[in-house]
Amino acid sequence: MSVIFFLIIIGIVVAGGFLAAFIWSVKSGQYDDDYTPSVRMLFDSQSTNDGSCHPESCNQSDKNNQPKTNSPTIKDQKKKSSNK
Amino acid sequence: MGQACVHCGEDCGKHPINRDEKPFCCHGCSTVFQILNEKNLKQYYEIEKMPGVKVETQDVGEKYAFLDLEDIKSKLLDFSDGGVSKISLFIPTIHCASCIWLLENLSTLNDGIIYSTVNFPKKEVHITFKEESISLRKVVELLSSIHYRPEITLDKLEKKGEGKSNKSLLIKLGLTGFVLMNVMMYNFPEYLPGGELLESDFRRLFGWLSLILSIPVIVYSSNDYYLSAIKSLKHKIISIDLPIAIGIITLFLQSAYDIISNTGTGYLDSLAGLVFFLLIGKWYQGKTYQALSFERDYKSYFPVAVTKIENQKEIIIPLNELEKGDRILVRNQELITADSTIVKGTGNIDYSFVTGESMPIDKKTGEFVFAGGRQVGSALELEVSKEVEQSYLTQLWNQEKSTNKYDSRINNIINKVSQYFTIIILVIAIGAGIFWLFIDKTIAIYVFTSILIIACPCALALTVPFTFGSTIRQFGRKGLYLKRAEVIEQLNKIDTIIFDKTGTITQNKAMKAEFIGEDLSDDLIKSIKSLVRHSTHPLSAALFLNLPGDDFYPIDNFKEIPGLGISGEINGQKINIGSKKFITGKADAEKGLKTEVYVFFNNNILGYYQLENQYRPELKEVISKLSAKFNLHLLTGDNEAEKANLLPLFSQEQNLHFNQTPTDKLNYIKKLKTKNKKVLMVGDGLNDAGALTESDVGITIADDIYLFSPACDAILESSKFGQLNNFIRFTRSSLNVVKISFVISFLYNIGGLYFAIQGLLTPVIAAILMPISSISVVAFATASIAFLAKRKLG
Repeated sequence: MSVIFFLIIIGIVVAGGFLAAFIWSVKSGQYDDDYTPSVRMLFDSQSTNDGSCHPESCNQSDKNNQPKTNSPTIKDQKKKSSNK
Repeated sequence: MGQACVHCGEDCGKHPINRDEKPFCCHGCSTVFQILNEKNLKQYYEIEKMPGVKVETQDVGEKYAFLDLEDIKSKLLDFSDGGVSKISLFIPTIHCASCIWLLENLSTLNDGIIYSTVNFPKKEVHITFKEESISLRKVVELLSSIHYRPEITLDKLEKKGEGKSNKSLLIKLGLTGFVLMNVMMYNFPEYLPGGELLESDFRRLFGWLSLILSIPVIVYSSNDYYLSAIKSLKHKIISIDLPIAIGIITLFLQSAYDIISNTGTGYLDSLAGLVFFLLIGKWYQGKTYQALSFERDYKSYFPVAVTKIENQKEIIIPLNELEKGDRILVRNQELITADSTIVKGTGNIDYSFVTGESMPIDKKTGEFVFAGGRQVGSALELEVSKEVEQSYLTQLWNQEKSTNKYDSRINNIINKVSQYFTIIILVIAIGAGIFWLFIDKTIAIYVFTSILIIACPCALALTVPFTFGSTIRQFGRKGLYLKRAEVIEQLNKIDTIIFDKTGTITQNKAMKAEFIGEDLSDDLIKSIKSLVRHSTHPLSAALFLNLPGDDFYPIDNFKEIPGLGISGEINGQKINIGSKKFITGKADAEKGLKTEVYVFFNNNILGYYQLENQYRPELKEVISKLSAKFNLHLLTGDNEAEKANLLPLFSQEQNLHFNQTPTDKLNYIKKLKTKNKKVLMVGDGLNDAGALTESDVGITIADDIYLFSPACDAILESSKFGQLNNFIRFTRSSLNVVKISFVISFLYNIGGLYFAIQGLLTPVIAAILMPISSISVVAFATASIAFLAKRKLG
């Protein structure tokens, strides 16, 4: 039965860890705004250097997005020159 | 209808401005499109259709020059280490996903911006930027150039770091939830059949663990209840927090005694559950409108700095350094910040935020102007005759809230009930304790504490937060935004309603125009419309909306003479539109409700347009419904010209008062209150601010709820004016729901008392009864409000 003592201690430590994480998240302001993040996550990540995103994932999205985001501007430039 | 502008979605008319084969309504919109296009930010137009904001005047000029002042800058910045700075800016026009996207990609527009995040509910953007590459002023001008104008007002300099209480409530909630889950797990074996077989070692361990875990709950999580109970006792009031505090403390002491003396496991799971539910109730009620402000005074309206003229030079000084006798410069669209006299220039001052009247007022050199107006037209030079704090309107707004608001907050339904409740419970507890003293001394104290524990009015205390919290949410969905829950009870007690006229029962923008003079040919109407299209003056805008057709002549030599009118040439023929003085040279007629706009074309005075404010279309219905139950009054600063039209609506002549100054309005309400009337004031402008605070409930009507409105208890969207009666009536239903919930929670209490008096209250009964009573009351309250709102508010 003494294993139960052990389990109880583990239980408290794990739960206490989550409590500490919760308190930290509240204090660091993660609960200040409960709407914007839900919209933000739907945006395609930009090829521009947005300091808030992780460097690795930034690079990846760079590669993926470059052809997409560049193509319309080339077209636009053509349109502009033709208008002139 | 022409095409819709790609940027802002407004009608472009017959001649849209085309860029990249896309139509735009104005150069402002197309410029923004171009900026975003160049920087590869076209996704802005893909996330939402036509997400932009139309801004009338483009040129910001020196408007933000004050942001270069060190003094002001240091107060506005959240953080600065010389290199990197952070700032939070309130931008009322943030409204959609595209806004979030664009404002979070500001770094693309300027390399100096490191990153930016948007807080949508607060309509704020937090920007971190490098000061060496972009100044604060440039950041604000950048935002302004893409039509997201931050609102920087005086009160931003003062208050910082609010919302802390909300954080501590969340932490308390999390902490209590953690304790509840653990303690419940330790106590659970006891409640199961065979629980008595548990080894005594375990029982002791579980007991002590629960006791240790409960200490933060009793000390930290529930401290608000002790403080509030003591506070109201000092005011000689027995509030609902008193029996709660007694219940919590008794629960803890009884459990601690049980555990330490090893006679039982205590009620600590019930304790944690009780506090947890109470905190949820608090959290639910406290979630209100973050971007709306109900506490606004002149500080949230006035700019941070003014342009002072000293030794022929323009310098920018912070507003609080402005002194009597100073000369200040007020440019087009700037606010007059202190009562002063015009030294140079012609004033054309828009007092719409003050009086609700949208027509600017003409002021000549040497005339006195009150603070609060906005100059429209050329720059003005003023000599300050009173300091900012001493100006007439500022003083009116600064008036201390009368103390009776505090009284009414305490004298609410829950405290009335809890007075009797607490006394009855104490009597029962003491009575039962004494009774058991004679029968079985060993359990007398146990019975006494049991009664205090089971009578702890948790369900009772949850009734009001959840009923009123749901009501606030339902009202918010329908366009009435309440400052706090007490307003619901106050609204229900109302017996007298006072209306302001201009802007409250009349419409701000829509005006009726009638031409007086010879009949105009279609061609002439087209010419007039072409000319007024070029002016942003409210009268021009009103005329433009009233005239038919959407085909225009090109205008040559367009000129706008501030305070007088506009002129131009169409195919070589001169056309002038403006005031009587401008066209005929004779003095202007005295201003009534109707405004006259004269038309001059090709050497002839054709006649004049009579423009008049229109009453809200729902007014008649609203008034007739309200007059059945309430005493209606009307207070207006205007003259009696409209009396004949208003009399049939309000029926009682003695309740119509004209030529009222802001102070008159305030005193009128004071007088009514001395007669024991419960007064609801419905107003809109700053001149109603005193009356709105003095009344029992003050409702502000606003076209755009995020723009400035005076301090009040509730804000009503102007389009929902017709619902006013329904809102007031719904408060009665809310109160009925509260009363029924009270009955339900009393039934649980009586059930609990049945066990407690007999000395049979075991932890398991408490552990079942307490959560069930709370949950059922909460479910009943929220469900019935949702149901009633669907039926009564439509």
